[in-house]
Amino acid sequence: MALEPCTEISTPTINTPDKLVLKERGQREVFCGLTGIVWLHRKMQDAFFLVVGSRTCAHLIQSAAGVMIFAEPRFGTAILGERDLAGLADANEELDRVVDQLLARRPDIGTLFLVGSCPSEVIKLDLAKAAERLNQRFFPKVRILNYSGSGIETTFTQGEDTCLGSMVPVLPRSYDEPSLMVVGSLADVVEDQFQRLFDKLGIGPVYFFPPRRAANLPPIGKGTKLLLAQPFLSETVRSLMARGATLLPSPYPFGIEGTTAWLKTAADAWNVSQEQFEQAIAPAANRAKIALERYRQVLSGRKAFLFPDSQLEIPLARFLSRECGMELVEVGTPYIDRLLMDSEINLLPEGTALSEGQDVEKQLDRCREAKPDITVCGLGLANPLEAEGMATKWSIELVFSPIHGYDQTADLAELFARPLERRKRLTV
Amino acid sequence: MRIATGMEGVHYVLHAPQGDTYADLLFTMIERRDRRPPVTYTTFQARDLGGDTAEMVKTSVREAYERFKPQVMLVGESCTAELIQDQPGSLAKGMNLPIPIVSLELPAYSKKENWGASETLYHLVRTLLLPVVPKAGTQRPKREAHIRPKANIIGATALGFRCRDDIREVMKLLAEIGVEVNVVAPMGATPDDLKRIPDADFNICLYPEIALTTCSWLQRSFGQPIIKTVPIGVGATRDFIAEIGKVAEIDVSEALARSQADTLGNWDASRLSSANNPNASRLPWYSRSVDSTYLTGKRVFIFGDATHALAAARIATEELGFTLVGIGTYSREFAREVREVAKKHGLEAVISDDYLAVEAKVAEAAPELVLGTQMERHIAKRLGIPCAVISAPIHVQDVPARYSPQMGWEGANVIFDSWVHPLMMGLEEHLIGMFREDFEFAEGHMSHLHTAPSQENRHEVTREEMGETAQKTPINSQVNGSSNGQIPATGNSNQAVLTPVEQAVDGLTWSADGEAELKKIPFFVRGKIKRNTEKFASDRGINTITTETLYEAKAAIGK
Repeated sequence: MALEPCTEISTPTINTPDKLVLKERGQREVFCGLTGIVWLHRKMQDAFFLVVGSRTCAHLIQSAAGVMIFAEPRFGTAILGERDLAGLADANEELDRVVDQLLARRPDIGTLFLVGSCPSEVIKLDLAKAAERLNQRFFPKVRILNYSGSGIETTFTQGEDTCLGSMVPVLPRSYDEPSLMVVGSLADVVEDQFQRLFDKLGIGPVYFFPPRRAANLPPIGKGTKLLLAQPFLSETVRSLMARGATLLPSPYPFGIEGTTAWLKTAADAWNVSQEQFEQAIAPAANRAKIALERYRQVLSGRKAFLFPDSQLEIPLARFLSRECGMELVEVGTPYIDRLLMDSEINLLPEGTALSEGQDVEKQLDRCREAKPDITVCGLGLANPLEAEGMATKWSIELVFSPIHGYDQTADLAELFARPLERRKRLTV
Repeated sequence: MRIATGMEGVHYVLHAPQGDTYADLLFTMIERRDRRPPVTYTTFQARDLGGDTAEMVKTSVREAYERFKPQVMLVGESCTAELIQDQPGSLAKGMNLPIPIVSLELPAYSKKENWGASETLYHLVRTLLLPVVPKAGTQRPKREAHIRPKANIIGATALGFRCRDDIREVMKLLAEIGVEVNVVAPMGATPDDLKRIPDADFNICLYPEIALTTCSWLQRSFGQPIIKTVPIGVGATRDFIAEIGKVAEIDVSEALARSQADTLGNWDASRLSSANNPNASRLPWYSRSVDSTYLTGKRVFIFGDATHALAAARIATEELGFTLVGIGTYSREFAREVREVAKKHGLEAVISDDYLAVEAKVAEAAPELVLGTQMERHIAKRLGIPCAVISAPIHVQDVPARYSPQMGWEGANVIFDSWVHPLMMGLEEHLIGMFREDFEFAEGHMSHLHTAPSQENRHEVTREEMGETAQKTPINSQVNGSSNGQIPATGNSNQAVLTPVEQAVDGLTWSADGEAELKKIPFFVRGKIKRNTEKFASDRGINTITTETLYEAKAAIGK
């Protein structure tokens, strides 16, 4: 993906103090981007996600989402067989056949994502061409898009980035009318809260991307200002900017401080007066403060260690340290995009140990040595660490819970306080 | 991985892309293991592909050896690594580590999980035992009469369906008949344990999908006979004991006699307090008690791995009195055995790993109960049919904290409870058949399961019952969800689809009265009755099905 910024972007001018970033390579205990499907299929209910990959891919999705029982599945895997690999079967014809079958069975599908995986990338199966070809047959009834969720290219939440990225070229063009686009999947309830706040601030029109139905695509153009709700959308943001939109760099709306900064960024772009701004946010911000206090007392002074997982680590570490009073031992993240992360890194306390990438065994050694009060890590590590006597907060939940905005601030803190509270309660 | 994780002292280096570590979760979450699986992944990424991925393998092998100091190392590749062909096994062997390296060739694009586990166990056992295989033709020395026979229990792995408790239950059975357990493998075994396998008099092939290849090799190499009966179900457990008696030349008649005599529902203080009194199964008595009469002839569809499907078929038909209306497996290696059982019941076995094919067969058979895997739960939900899980693949709820074997006497108790539970209780079944306009206990309601239809649905059902909509709409256009793939407009995805009614056969229509009458049939047999009636009508050239046709068909065909 070309990374050339559009001429109108003002590069962030904040002075970035050089923080020590430990770059590590080795075994990475992370998900691949295919897991994005697990929440994207719920966000966009008229979409279907067809992974083109191996049994391993199918197994991953099944294991991740299989605990829910589906009457009508919204994702599936076209499994590559030996014939496809040997070139005996025309993989493209096979794919067309699978898609025909699927769309015949499921006339309710409005958008079909062909999702690339490690095997399909390694054998260079051209899904972009396939999508184009299938579009000729099915569009406008069904739109077919493609993106990669492979582990060799994407880590966990980056799957949402590549998915949204694939939708950018087909967004309708809006001309110069100013509008705000909130980018990144949010829980429906959070979306509604933000919409109400933007209404109060007189900011509009506001579009949320991804939309709740893949068919309702938001328009984009030179008047579009981008406010990111999620920090892992590097590719999407750059493609949106390539279509003329302007990025409003901001901290992310986690916690009171993050949410205020985030809203303020939009308010400034809309020239909302300070007075109006404060009036609009006061009720929500005040009650968030009261609600947070309970958990701040539990968390304050405790040590946190964050393993890399979703790229949410830096904003969350900022929240934990500045608003909950926690001490940060190490903040690991799979990938740091300075364009999207500088506003957050600047808020981290001086001397925070940041690490990018992973060598899981060494990181575990550091973690054990530091004896943190709470370790934020994936499910592959959580139970084993608990068995070693360490309290953990499994990180995937942070992607699946409404944690953005004022009214979720206490809920967010509670997610970290809960494992501590639970340990206190259990006597056996 | 299931072999390595089940064992101690074995480490597995897996050449795999970033992201494949998700497999760790199967063990740490689904099985809730308290340790990380002994697996090191190379986790290569796109940028590594241009470089030396082979070097990554070597680094991983070296570091894994130094950190974990295993007794044996397995080296293999995942589906993606298979495409880039780094030959990790040979690379590792060339590194001269002071431990045995087992190189695994597991063709991911043609073979599957059970095959992989079976091959891994076979290669591991073979590597360790090849040096001590006696010369061909050597006779196994006969066990002296006063020494108790020893058995290996082979096949239990990590992530197996109820392996943990099955082993305990089988060990209890063996203790009861005076057989000692030599090695349990791979679950819980170390490489040193595997080296003791030849000490046993015979091998119990507990999970043929995993263990048969290994047991056959042991039989050829060390002359150890194989116990092939899998003790799932009361009858199978008795056969299992009898088979061991024959192979080990011991008297098991007492245990068999007790299993016959001691199955009644009565129990007293002496039975409860006697610590060494083994449990006999309650299934035979429970199944004979009159409360179970309504289970007679319930139509059941069975799908799973071959071992569990075959066992389930026997239990369902011989021990619970169900009627088998479909059976299948995804274990192609054991397709023949499953086909034989299917044939015995006048059925054609479904040998497939395509869940849509299974779904089509389930819909066609219109069973009242589905016994299957996690996947069949989806199918059953869609078709609104009660379901119980009998085989892997499973999810976390099927690795319960409580003791829940499938094998042996207690296993049969567990099976009785879990298969009968999803069915509607007898009294409710009667009452719903009689009084169809109850405001609380509506169509498809199973009050013991909290599966009440939503308020909204209930009103719809009531309106239809009152004939408001039924007059106007032919049945095949108001049916949601089934073979025509329409999604219910209301999309109440957390609700079971209540009526598994399919589109009418071409050229047939249901008259309003016929349709209304059909709806009076209890929902769990309605699909079957509808199909029978349509077949009856089309065989006789009847175009419009009326109430009369329905009852004529019922009289001609039966339920």
